Amino acid sequence: MSEDTRTPLLEFRDINTHYGAVHILKDVNLAIYPGELVCLLGGNASGKSTTLKTLLGMVTPTTGDVVLDGEVVTNQPTSYRVERGITMVPENRRLFKRLSVKENLELGAYLRKDKDGMASDMERIFEMFPRVKERLNQKSGTLSGGEQQMVAMGRALMSRPRVLLMDEPSMGLAPALVQTNFELIQQIHADGVAIFMVEQNANMALSIADRGWVLQTGRVVLDDTADALLVHPELRASYLGDAGGH
Amino acid sequence: MWEILTAATRSKTGKGKTNVDRFLTLLRVLLIGLLVIGFLAFIAQQINPQNAFAQRVNPDATGLTAAQFKGLLVTGLSQGAMYGLIALGYSMVYGVLGFINFAHGEVFMLGAFSGFITSSKLFEAGAWEANFILSLLLVVLISIIVSTGAAVIMERVAYRPLRGSPRLIPLITSIGVSFFIQNAVILLFGPGAKGYPRLPEWLTEKRSILTFEIEGTKILVLIVAAVSMASLWWFVERTKTGKAMRAVAEDKEIASLMGINVNRTIVTTFAVGGAMAGVAGILWGILFRSVIATSGFLPGIKAFTAAVIGGIGNLGGAMAGGISLGTAESLLPLMILEPLGVNGVSQLRDAIAFLLLILVLLIKPTGLFGEKLSGDDRA
Repeated sequence: MSEDTRTPLLEFRDINTHYGAVHILKDVNLAIYPGELVCLLGGNASGKSTTLKTLLGMVTPTTGDVVLDGEVVTNQPTSYRVERGITMVPENRRLFKRLSVKENLELGAYLRKDKDGMASDMERIFEMFPRVKERLNQKSGTLSGGEQQMVAMGRALMSRPRVLLMDEPSMGLAPALVQTNFELIQQIHADGVAIFMVEQNANMALSIADRGWVLQTGRVVLDDTADALLVHPELRASYLGDAGGH
Repeated sequence: MWEILTAATRSKTGKGKTNVDRFLTLLRVLLIGLLVIGFLAFIAQQINPQNAFAQRVNPDATGLTAAQFKGLLVTGLSQGAMYGLIALGYSMVYGVLGFINFAHGEVFMLGAFSGFITSSKLFEAGAWEANFILSLLLVVLISIIVSTGAAVIMERVAYRPLRGSPRLIPLITSIGVSFFIQNAVILLFGPGAKGYPRLPEWLTEKRSILTFEIEGTKILVLIVAAVSMASLWWFVERTKTGKAMRAVAEDKEIASLMGINVNRTIVTTFAVGGAMAGVAGILWGILFRSVIATSGFLPGIKAFTAAVIGGIGNLGGAMAGGISLGTAESLLPLMILEPLGVNGVSQLRDAIAFLLLILVLLIKPTGLFGEKLSGDDRA
């Protein structure tokens, strides 16, 4: 896939990011193509969250460009990027707990004006997650962890994204739910949405991804197909652990 | 009962009671005991003025006639409705930014002051008496514009530069803003009291509604307050902007991820709170027909008290807190303090208001309708 001649949907061109004097991201280059499922792996403080924040415009890079479907959006605010088809399912879901499930979903479509499209998208989300429909008028804070994850994904899908960022989707979920969760991600991916996943659970992430990068102290140290990364000796040693099968 | 009395401060570490806990429990028992004795004495005295228990507590108590009670109730309700309207501004800003805007009382005062200026100009021009209803609408409109503008400018100039700083800093700034506005008004219009022009007789005369004899002005105040609160509720719960406001109150980062313009939403919050304070300012003008530069102070503090009693950050709570505070400070001096033998009770309204605050903080620190808020310490 590295020989791709298509225009990337989302691109990092030589991104450098600083927090004050601290150099976080160092010459990072990333490209996500339409319909791909890619993952970014890395330990704590490797720069994963900063990567997501830079993609969304919550952090401005010192040098380099963020390119969304051929358009440089480095200096555009988050709302501009969301309108053009990029959104995120945040770590720990971060639903608006005092708002109802329905209101959470509606907020996902905050920038949209097409009422009919929104209604049909909501129906599709109900098909995907029938439980969400049952809980529609409940405050989202009263839902179980798995249900909240469904609402969080539904809320992101309501903006009709072309690329969906997922920040640590398996974090804070019961082990049984992690598997379900990855199945949901594949389901969304099968619908044609490109997915950029940031994960610590490298085994699980690589088992469903097309490609992956490994970030170490702000630098991309590995960039390969998921299959190649799964058997990569260095990665096996540091992230997958020797017993880590797939 | 004991559960309620001790629960609020029970030590979380499980190390048992400290002396502070014991003191607070004692305070709770004492306050509730006084309230209960006073109220029982009042009831006993109402049933039979010669009742031995009532005689023992305060032989001079005169009790209340039904007409007096109804009059005080209506006065309390109309005053409370005004507190409620102001309290909404405190509560909304707290919900979104997590700090108390102590200059909000001044936003209310500016509403009342601009009402005085507009109404006296209209009075001079003869319009006030010729076409009162239209004039009043114009007065309300201008005062809403002034108060909304003041709140929005305040946010832009004083609070936005402090976004993200520890919340004590905007709080102290708001006290400074409050002094600034008070003194600016004294400088511009002088320190004296300004009187609203005479109201038409058909408005001030008493009307009989369900055996209550109510001044027309109080009926107007109650109606206007009810309409304002209902429309605010509709705005917050039913409109897209209201939904965005609630989202921003809960999580600004995720709200902006939804594409919500957080700054604009915060400005809207200030504006809506300011508009409510503007309406309250005119109601004040109609009820008391007088305003001075410091008029915002006590109603502001009372409204803040009402917001805390109702559970700060909760809009229904602010309204309920305002109405219960107004009613309590109107009725309780005669229903509890006088039977207890306290002198000059009619001047103890303020004491009752703050006593109520202390009581609520002692027993349910989150307020009547409050929920636990996160430990987030940023504005």
